[in-house]
Amino acid sequence: MIEVLDGGLSTTVQDNGRYGQYHIGVPPSGAMDQFAHSVANYLVGNDEEHATLEMTYKGCEVRFEEDTVIALAGAEMAATLDGEAIPMWEAVAVDAGDELALQFATAGARTYLAVAGGIDVEPVMDSRSTYALIGIGGHEGRALEEGDVLAVGEPAANADAFVGTRVPAEDIPTYDDDDANIRIVIGLCDYRLTEESKERLTTEEWKVAADADRVGYRLTGPELEFVEREQPFGAGTDPTNVVDLGYPVGSIQIPQQPIVVMRDAVTGGGYATVATVISADRGKLSQRRTHQSVYFTNVSVDDALAAREEQEAVLADIKAAVTPS
Amino acid sequence: MVANSITPKTLPEPRYEHGSDDYIFVELDEEMSFDANFRAVAITQQLRELELPGIIEICPANASYMIHFDPDEIAPDALVAKLKDVAADTDLSDYQWETRVIDFPVLYEDEWTHETLMRFRDNHQDANATDIEYSAKINGYDTVQDFIDAHTGAPHMVTMVGFVPGLPWCFQMVPRDRQIEVPKYVSPRTDTPSRAVGFGGAFTAVYPVQGAGGYQLFGRTPVEVLDVDQELADFEESMVFPSPGDIFKFRQIDREEYDEIREEVEAGTFEFKMEPVEFSPEEFFNDPDAYNERLMEVLYE
Repeated sequence: MIEVLDGGLSTTVQDNGRYGQYHIGVPPSGAMDQFAHSVANYLVGNDEEHATLEMTYKGCEVRFEEDTVIALAGAEMAATLDGEAIPMWEAVAVDAGDELALQFATAGARTYLAVAGGIDVEPVMDSRSTYALIGIGGHEGRALEEGDVLAVGEPAANADAFVGTRVPAEDIPTYDDDDANIRIVIGLCDYRLTEESKERLTTEEWKVAADADRVGYRLTGPELEFVEREQPFGAGTDPTNVVDLGYPVGSIQIPQQPIVVMRDAVTGGGYATVATVISADRGKLSQRRTHQSVYFTNVSVDDALAAREEQEAVLADIKAAVTPS
Repeated sequence: MVANSITPKTLPEPRYEHGSDDYIFVELDEEMSFDANFRAVAITQQLRELELPGIIEICPANASYMIHFDPDEIAPDALVAKLKDVAADTDLSDYQWETRVIDFPVLYEDEWTHETLMRFRDNHQDANATDIEYSAKINGYDTVQDFIDAHTGAPHMVTMVGFVPGLPWCFQMVPRDRQIEVPKYVSPRTDTPSRAVGFGGAFTAVYPVQGAGGYQLFGRTPVEVLDVDQELADFEESMVFPSPGDIFKFRQIDREEYDEIREEVEAGTFEFKMEPVEFSPEEFFNDPDAYNERLMEVLYE
């Protein structure tokens, strides 16, 4: 069992997502940065399906009721276990009664806490992920609060052998402010934007707005212009409107300023979507913080596939490197 | 001259678009029509039956559809080729599907959406009218009641579900010259009561939960489209009630009936009045008024 002493700013239970219900409006939810979530799990002998705690901007404080193994991955947050500093990206032994405390993130936005055996809340539609809008999944469908108690699943038989293993230094992301490049594939309803505006989308600087969250990442930047047309029947009168359609996770819609649809997505609506963040960069985008820059680079579908394969290869390498032989 | 049949529309070449490496979006038309929607429903139903490896989500929409897939199991280009094959094999002229016709009570001009819409007059096209007064006027109706009679006078098909869990988009089953069309708010509201019935573009929407919204607010329904705890009998299999292809008959009710239905919903005893039907696009197109009348007979007799 884990007792929550302080929930932090917004800490939720997340796994790799809830699938098969998008057509009735249920988004995948799940860890915003699936890379860091998976790595934290691998470090404690879990697989990526296990639930972790996703902490946003500021970490939580928890007390462990029994001996276990934990790992932290993602945004840099100074962490102490019973007052002693502990490293991130490394499996750490915990004794019953130990208290873990995390500070504000100094680089990146989201940190994942994995516990051997995973956070064991009741699955909803085959997932333990929190979807707060309608209050399903996770712990009572909401962010954690002081006094919440979380069960932990059965750890792998060799979980203790993971203690001290760490992610190879070259595989640890940096979340630097100068690494603001996010790759996108232009398409969907991009015919609505003028050529100059498409150019602007992929050359000018965007800033993450204050209300960038699990539902959508709002960005501010230059004005974008739409191709003039007589609006088609059913679309509505505004030039940004199309006949309501499905929104891919990662797609960029332009109500006026861009919003990138994230894992607690609104699943569809009537704004023109003009591009999609490649699957390998969605986690990276979710680590961008309010007021930080984002630059979009247009790539091909083949480039997006190559980036996905590359990321999967890195994850496989990390899994092999941290798993005791 | 009012149309009493629907002429099938020749759709443009569909656009197959990549949503990066793991989504395909297929736009069947830029404008809304039954033809585009029925094709989206038919193609996605056939895709479901094929059970292709690597398919994660199959999402029909109003005039388009979207697939989420795992490119490690099926390559994007191979999937597009497969979608084109399915489309080529889909002939709507002999296509029918099982659906439900459902009585859907609405309290028009209710106090709750009225209170909300009055708070957001600055976001609206006409600060001196209510949403429904404005919508009646721009659609050429003399009175709000005439407009409500038109909205309830023919059933609506659920053409898409989403935005948030359970929100149905409903497209009225009448020829184009009788379709209601209204703009969305100039800028969206930050608040909408749960169970609000709104209209934007050519679609009625029912808001499952309180939240933001940009549709013109006409009324509020006492029934639920989302039951997270699945306490109501109609939600036993899914916390979301509406499905694409459902046929909703909006029915104007008074406050007394609204309160009675709310009591049943809150007691967990409410059940929708509904009947299963076999929907035939061809018969509907030939004579929509007579077809709708037959649907109403199935529901109310």
